[in-house]
Amino acid sequence: MTPLLPNLAHRLRPTFSHGVHPEENKHYTADKPITRFPFPPELVLLLSQHAGKPSVPLVKPGQEVVRGEPIARADGFMSVPLHAPATGVVKRIDLVPTAKGPRKPALILQVHPGESQEILYGAPRDVEAMTPKEIVQAVQDAGLVGLGGAAFPTHVKLSPPPGDTVDTILINGCECEPFLTTDHRLMVEQADDLIRGTRILMKAMGAPRAIIGTEDNKPDAAAALEKALPADGSISVKMVQTKYPQGAEKMLATALVGREIPSGKYPSSVGLGVFNVATVEQMGALLPWRRGVIERVVTVTGPGIAKPGNYLVALGTPLRFILERLGYTGSARYLITGGPMMGDTVSSLDVPITKGCGGFLVLRPEDLERYRVARTYPCIRCGKCVEACPLHLNPCLLGKLAYKGRYEEMEEKHHLLDCFECGSCSFVCPAGIPLVQYFRIAKSQNREAKAKAKAVPA
Amino acid sequence: MSDALLQAELRTSPHVRGDLTVDKIMRHVVYALLPVCAWAVWQFGLSSLALLVVCTAVCLGTEQVVCRLSGRASTLGDWSVAITGLLLALSLPPGLPLWMAAVASVVAVAIGKSFFGGLGFNVMNPALVGRAFAQAAFTVPMTTWTPSQAAGRFTEFIPSSLTLPFLQPRSIEAWMDRVAPDGFTGATPLALMKFDHIPTDALPMLLGTITGSAGETSALLILLCGLYLVLRKMMDGRVVLAVLGSAFLLSGAFFLWNPDVYPDPVFTLFTGGMMLGAVFMATDMVASPETRWGVWIYGGLIGVLTVIIRLFGALNEGVMYAILLANAASPIIDNLTQPRIYGAVKTAEKKAV
Repeated sequence: MTPLLPNLAHRLRPTFSHGVHPEENKHYTADKPITRFPFPPELVLLLSQHAGKPSVPLVKPGQEVVRGEPIARADGFMSVPLHAPATGVVKRIDLVPTAKGPRKPALILQVHPGESQEILYGAPRDVEAMTPKEIVQAVQDAGLVGLGGAAFPTHVKLSPPPGDTVDTILINGCECEPFLTTDHRLMVEQADDLIRGTRILMKAMGAPRAIIGTEDNKPDAAAALEKALPADGSISVKMVQTKYPQGAEKMLATALVGREIPSGKYPSSVGLGVFNVATVEQMGALLPWRRGVIERVVTVTGPGIAKPGNYLVALGTPLRFILERLGYTGSARYLITGGPMMGDTVSSLDVPITKGCGGFLVLRPEDLERYRVARTYPCIRCGKCVEACPLHLNPCLLGKLAYKGRYEEMEEKHHLLDCFECGSCSFVCPAGIPLVQYFRIAKSQNREAKAKAKAVPA
Repeated sequence: MSDALLQAELRTSPHVRGDLTVDKIMRHVVYALLPVCAWAVWQFGLSSLALLVVCTAVCLGTEQVVCRLSGRASTLGDWSVAITGLLLALSLPPGLPLWMAAVASVVAVAIGKSFFGGLGFNVMNPALVGRAFAQAAFTVPMTTWTPSQAAGRFTEFIPSSLTLPFLQPRSIEAWMDRVAPDGFTGATPLALMKFDHIPTDALPMLLGTITGSAGETSALLILLCGLYLVLRKMMDGRVVLAVLGSAFLLSGAFFLWNPDVYPDPVFTLFTGGMMLGAVFMATDMVASPETRWGVWIYGGLIGVLTVIIRLFGALNEGVMYAILLANAASPIIDNLTQPRIYGAVKTAEKKAV
């Protein structure tokens, strides 16, 4: 067991109320340095790798592109451009399978074999001299989105609604999902880029201070960051308790500065800007060179893979290529993009790596066997879900309403839309009720009903 | 590679779960009850062993029959009905005729649980429903107490135990004279206190060498077994604290006001069904609230009601009715104590937006 003293230090660290403790399973890759992954013969570049409108292609089939060149432009403000992750030739624009399920349009890029793949595109610029407005534009031009998984366009977050003043930037290095270690490795290895990115962010939002929060299972990351901090004390590092879902924006705001982000509002309404470590690191690495996001660190892990590690993977690399290169052990039955708490299982190995995908988890049948719900019992009102929900919702009640199909009541009276589907309720439910799945269904049913109601009068 | 693709299985997140399941929780509650059962057998001998066996067997049988009649798969595997059987047996007087215990068991499971839809849907604790029925139907045998640690308790039954169904219980006076020649009055510490103002020492009550219902006598043992469940996160310790705390405070207040009339708070906690009720019955997950404040209100209600019934009611014991009443109130407690959600916006603000 944990020795008493470190345990006490852990307990004294800031955190949020409720939450759960899944097995961390970070040991597969936590000490594996980031290494470059080879280019596949063909890259599959989804035009919609972000929340918002899909990018619009700038290239035609047969056109040669160089690594780093923009190949699709942003379609309005709620959109970002796309850059070529490798030098090659655009083969076609096609519908391809995605992690969420439906097939979406993508550019298929044939990579030139034997090409040196140096980034020739871009030019240095002085980020210190840029105005906040220029930074917002530069961030959109870089194609930056929330690399923690949500893939929300970063420049939109940099432009808070008028009237909101941001006084503190929170950098999210919690990485509370089990198995994943990309943010961990970035903090250890790329602390300088991360700090540079943080300074750019502070300038863009006019915030005098920034706090980098990390869970206390990553002391080496905190130590590496401490060394890279600027002398003026405007940026600090704070360790918080290791607990799921600490990496959620609202939970981080509570733990780091004790502020509650009101339901349905942006963090800027309480003076905060919250960004993921990987996003900020890319900002620090790309903006001084006028470059765009073309690759990202992906933790490929799980007992089902022969060579787990943290790899710098070109966007558009199909999962099949990764599995072939790293080898799988036994029968890889569950292929999950993201972590085990919120990740999606994929049905096709043709699904490509996208900007929001920080993990690829490969599990064998035996790895999930003990988690399998052998039998679903009726709810026994034990209240464990109530004690787990980080937003203090009542999943027990919501689950019963969902079971009866009373979806509207869930939304109107019981805050269904506040649920961000962290899965803590399903995780603890001793009856094996798939609560969070019920809530997803309820949300989508409500969306459909609203769309229908709108369509009728017209 | 294609074989991996063929085997890929789709499921929804979260892909991992905690290790508690309903049957595991229920099974461990049964484990935690076993020491209490063993103590009951040590105290009251063959009769209490027979009581445990009959109640549990009849409860299991009733559940099985109900499942078959309603065309459902057997629900014996969730272990919850075994708890009902054991708890019911532990709350009955050891000399209760076995046929009466069997009737109480049928009522407990059939009416207390299955009529509502089985596990998870019962409004009240099934064991207590069975006991309440027995209390109403068989008032005299339900308040006839026999001495604990009687001589020869492992070789012969308390005579009333073996009464044939629907006949008057056999007289136990001759037997009582034989096993307890020094004049056992057949009164529990609670009855002694209420009707004669004779207090009982705390230590025997704590250890459980007094008389009373089969499994209610050792407060210490019940607490230890409950502690095990709380540490394994299979029981809500807040309910126990709320029940015992509120009962202690209220009876303490009465005691301070007039120590000649009212029993001291320690006595209140260690007598009758207080411990068994607080630890194993009030904590019935199904019939108790699930919200953070609701749990405390519910426990407090049980403690307060128990003390009021004991001090001012016609009965000398009130835990059973207190829990049943609080069970009935728990849906409304839940309704009134819905948690304040994170980042809740006041209604006025919401309208303004």
